[in-house]
Amino acid sequence: MKKKEEENFALNEQFNLTMIPGSFARKMRTCKIWQFFRFIVINIKMLIVVSKSH
Amino acid sequence: MARVVIMGGGVSGHTAATFSKKWLGDEHEVVVVTPNSQWNWIPSNIWVGVGQMQKKDVVFPLAPVYEKAGIVYKQALAKAIHPNGKESSDKPFIVIESTKKDSLGQTEELEYDYLINATGPKLNFDATPGLGNGKGQMGTNTVSVCTAEHAIHANLELKQVFEKAKKAKENGTGEKQKILVGTGHGMCTCQGAAFEYIFNIEHEAKKAGVRDMLDIKWISNEAFLGDFGMGGLHMKVGGYAVSSKLFAESLYAERNVEWIIGAHTSKVEDGKIEYELLDGTKHEETFDFAMLIPPFSGVGFKAYDKDGSDITDVLFAPNGFMKVDAKYDAGAYENWKASDWPSTYQNPSFSNIFACGIAFAPPHLISKPMTSPNGTAINPTPPRTGMPAGIIGKAVAHSVCDMIKKGKDAHLHEASMAEMGAACVASAGKGILDGSAAAMTVYPVVPDFEKYPGTGRDTDYTFGEIGLAGHWIKHILHHMFIWKAKLKPGWTFIPE
Ligand SMILES: Cc1cc2nc3c(=O)[nH]c(=O)nc-3n(C[C@H](O)[C@H](O)[C@H](O)COP(=O)(O)OP(=O)(O)OC[C@H]3O[C@@H](n4cnc5c(N)ncnc54)[C@H](O)[C@@H]3O)c2cc1C
Repeated sequence: MKKKEEENFALNEQFNLTMIPGSFARKMRTCKIWQFFRFIVINIKMLIVVSKSH
Repeated sequence: MARVVIMGGGVSGHTAATFSKKWLGDEHEVVVVTPNSQWNWIPSNIWVGVGQMQKKDVVFPLAPVYEKAGIVYKQALAKAIHPNGKESSDKPFIVIESTKKDSLGQTEELEYDYLINATGPKLNFDATPGLGNGKGQMGTNTVSVCTAEHAIHANLELKQVFEKAKKAKENGTGEKQKILVGTGHGMCTCQGAAFEYIFNIEHEAKKAGVRDMLDIKWISNEAFLGDFGMGGLHMKVGGYAVSSKLFAESLYAERNVEWIIGAHTSKVEDGKIEYELLDGTKHEETFDFAMLIPPFSGVGFKAYDKDGSDITDVLFAPNGFMKVDAKYDAGAYENWKASDWPSTYQNPSFSNIFACGIAFAPPHLISKPMTSPNGTAINPTPPRTGMPAGIIGKAVAHSVCDMIKKGKDAHLHEASMAEMGAACVASAGKGILDGSAAAMTVYPVVPDFEKYPGTGRDTDYTFGEIGLAGHWIKHILHHMFIWKAKLKPGWTFIPE
């Protein structure tokens, strides 16, 4: 089965030797509900680092 | 009444000035000397550079803000420091040169009790032949996004390249446009800005329907992708602690951006660069559009003693950055320690002079030093991003205010980059519903291999993730930091 997201592996040696996200990982990056949840998580993580740094 | 003079009204100096005034009140005077009439939120210049924001979105006039705060504002360039005064007076002073239209070039002596140097970097385009114009400015072969004006110009050039790509597509000639983005010298820092720009270009090209007509290539002095001048970082993902190299390479591969790394750009011409790699080999790369970050140096102050003798080397390191309480004689890489990094940013020779933000001289690199067999140093110099620049500015202001209020022996506030984390959001494309950004935190910025053997950092507080949420955060930060810089209600609650 053709997987469009894997095509870049074949473009050159550099790309072939790394990891490339699959379609699910890519979808989650712009999935509004999941990203809203990540927005909260990332903000909390950043606030912890900010508070440790002041 | 004491007078605190702050040279440079950028991220670090503006933070130092506004907090100094807040803490000192009207009893003491705070003066800012800075050449531009407008404050620039530099991170958003990236979006100006791809036409997604206009200059007016990223700048605002400084004079009304300083007037409201009661800060004396001198629109001028600081040129020289006289830390021991002159023969007729012991009072230390700086020499400033007006950049205001009606008094352009006029000089003035400005006395100080405390001096904070927050002048950031000189964009040293001329370090690479052809990158500069030979007169200290950017040349015509490449573009830059380091200032809002540069970014406007970059966008105009980029749009022409998009136009050519569109025409080639319509005509079916198949002729691709070559885009090259990265660092313009082997000793550059600020790879993060170039990283943001290349992925914003890629994102815009997709939106414009010309992505298939562009060859987009990265060139950088990093020994590995994802070094960012910090020796890279390790993040916990799926139960593994993983190097940023893997994540950076993954993003470049996903977005079809080839990379050249370990490269010192040695010459720039119209449509062509020459570069040397870490293995000593020399190559050429052609381009239709190139954005290459220049190397940074100090802004080139002079310092004079009472009798007029030159004491620049007492205050400044050879790269022009100001000496502070760092360990500058740490020697070889194997001897480097987190404790080499400064914590109070006080000049060792003059206790009433401090440096913050990019203006202080780091003790050494953070990344592993690398040299080609020809002896060319090819390694990123240490970044000092917005958050550390702001935190250091605030800590220095705190120390100065305490010295004024409690006496010269007051305890100095500390903000070592080896004990401080940084949160950074690198845009990879703008769009409320289709944008993305890499949200990252590192703790600490400078790795401490004694405290955290292995990665040098606490992997519980070092993470990275790419997605739409990162873009939302980046967009919110844009508005938050401009709000803070304008001293609007609640500004003190917004962290640096
Ligand atoms: C395109 C770009 C994107 C970036 N994106 C990010 C990001 O997303 N996140 C992040 O954390 N960091 C980012 N950075 C880095 C960030 O902008 C810097 O870390 C920060 O601006 C450093 O603050 P500073 O006050 O030391 O220097 P600056 O902000 O550069 O301020 C220096 C000031 O001194 C003034 N000055 C210069 N010479 C003199 C003189 N002789 N006398 C008086 N004043 C003088 C200058 O005009 C300027 O106002 C980015 C940088 C660039 C170029």
